[in-house]
Amino acid sequence: MTDPVLETRALTKRFGALTVSDGITLDLRPGEIHALIGPNGAGKSTLIGQICGTIPPDAGSIRLNGRDVTRLGTAARARAGLARTFQISALAMEDSVLQNALLGALGAAGSPWRFLASALGDGALRARAEAALERVGLGDLATARTSELSHGQRRELEVAVALTLAPRAFVMDEPMAGLGAEGSLRMTRLLDGLRAEAPILLVEHDMDAVFALADRISVLVEGRIAATGSVADIRANPEVRAAYLGDDA
Amino acid sequence: MIREPYLNAVLLVLLVAVPLWAHLSGEPYTVTLATRAVVLALAAVGLNVALGLGGMVSLGHAAFFGIGGYAMGILASHAQAYETLMDWPLVIEGTRSMPVIWLVALVASGLAALVIGLLSLRTSGVYFIMITLAFGQMFYFFAISWPAYGGEDGLSIYVRNGFPGLNTLVPIQFYGLCLGVLCLALLLVARIARAPFGLALGAARQVPGRVAAVGLDPTRLKLAAFVLSGALTGLAGALFADLNRFVSPTMLSWQTSGEIMVFIIIGGAGRLFGPVLGAVVFVMLEHLLGGISDYWHVFLGVLLLLVVLFARGGLIGLLCGRGAVHD
Repeated sequence: MTDPVLETRALTKRFGALTVSDGITLDLRPGEIHALIGPNGAGKSTLIGQICGTIPPDAGSIRLNGRDVTRLGTAARARAGLARTFQISALAMEDSVLQNALLGALGAAGSPWRFLASALGDGALRARAEAALERVGLGDLATARTSELSHGQRRELEVAVALTLAPRAFVMDEPMAGLGAEGSLRMTRLLDGLRAEAPILLVEHDMDAVFALADRISVLVEGRIAATGSVADIRANPEVRAAYLGDDA
Repeated sequence: MIREPYLNAVLLVLLVAVPLWAHLSGEPYTVTLATRAVVLALAAVGLNVALGLGGMVSLGHAAFFGIGGYAMGILASHAQAYETLMDWPLVIEGTRSMPVIWLVALVASGLAALVIGLLSLRTSGVYFIMITLAFGQMFYFFAISWPAYGGEDGLSIYVRNGFPGLNTLVPIQFYGLCLGVLCLALLLVARIARAPFGLALGAARQVPGRVAAVGLDPTRLKLAAFVLSGALTGLAGALFADLNRFVSPTMLSWQTSGEIMVFIIIGGAGRLFGPVLGAVVFVMLEHLLGGISDYWHVFLGVLLLLVVLFARGGLIGLLCGRGAVHD
């Protein structure tokens, strides 16, 4: 078996008496989409926060490409190859769509300390940003103001910014959140094509999308991994049915 | 709606034409008034880098303004008394040369901004406002209690400092010099706003979490902007002291910080010429209404209220609408 790109070992986080992450061990292997599902309050966001470096874990470790990144900050993890999308779009709303993508390209190039050159005039940065926008289907909207985008387009721009980083692993926090049926379908097709570039740890509530995309599914219940397995395993798992999917799933 | 570049061009033409006309028609006081507006505009252009581009509401920029003023006052007072500033370990003399004074003002206020920014940027929001205010007050009380340079009474400089090739005692020549410095600062800020640094800084203001998620450090970006901001305001302080040939702790008071911020709010935060328009309007009101009543600040207050309530983008926002995303 190939080494995992991203793995957590016995990750534990407590808020007071409440254990939000209870020894979570999971891995993300090359080329796969690993979906993380679980009811509200199961601790998905806290887990994402720990993986991305915004919440320090109390115990356990996180490894990216075999390197221990548990003590690294968010920016250092991004430079190490981790790209995330946010549950609530985190975009510079006053800036253009292209400028948001350029920010990602700038982060990937690690060169924000240029004070006199034009950001839009930098051919290499711009090519990278525009390629990412084309990829998600926002190429025609490059000069639009981000606040004028529809909700679905903002979700796609989130993915485009992550793409500009050319990451080793994606962590996506509910990319389908708030999308209609058609938007969900577009996003599903987009993500389906991305797994070849880098594996995706996908937190998602949209079960149709999860079952269509996931190579493996982990179910998080009350801070623990209740089950990990293929789509068929999870569908069949009685414990998961009881805890999360409901008997009619 | 007027396109913003046109409005900026009109403002610039007026800044050249009106003082020139006043000079030709023998009204040096108007030229001096215009100089005051231009120098205060430079201070606000400096603050606008922190406030408008970086989203850092600093109520301590008087510290940098005053440090620039005292850089001029200290260097020039030693020069006029023919005393050295320091004899050991190396001899440092005072100077009457503006370029040297400007360099000292830029470096000194930039260093102060580095220290204040490093400590203040650990906080945000109201706490950032309060901690910058506290630092400003520290410098204010330090200046008051420092008898070597005049303490509460301040320092008078008898002759304006010199600039190679100009007679700075002629109001229109000194005005031209100040306007030139302002234009250079505006050019620099315009370039920075479009540069990779400006892009990253703007994102750090709007969505710091996103900036970190692409591998950049939002706090370091903001710190760099704060240093640049403080240095520009310090340069304005040196010019302001030279305009009045006087520097006192008043330059360091929190009211000064507030006034500089008011220029930006009136003109339009984050807009290139916002601080310029704000400072010009302020100085005009101060002159016109100040002649009618000592309580002219009441009218300023009303204007400020109107702008804040009905023109969130300041006067430039009112005239030009929202800025273009790509220009």
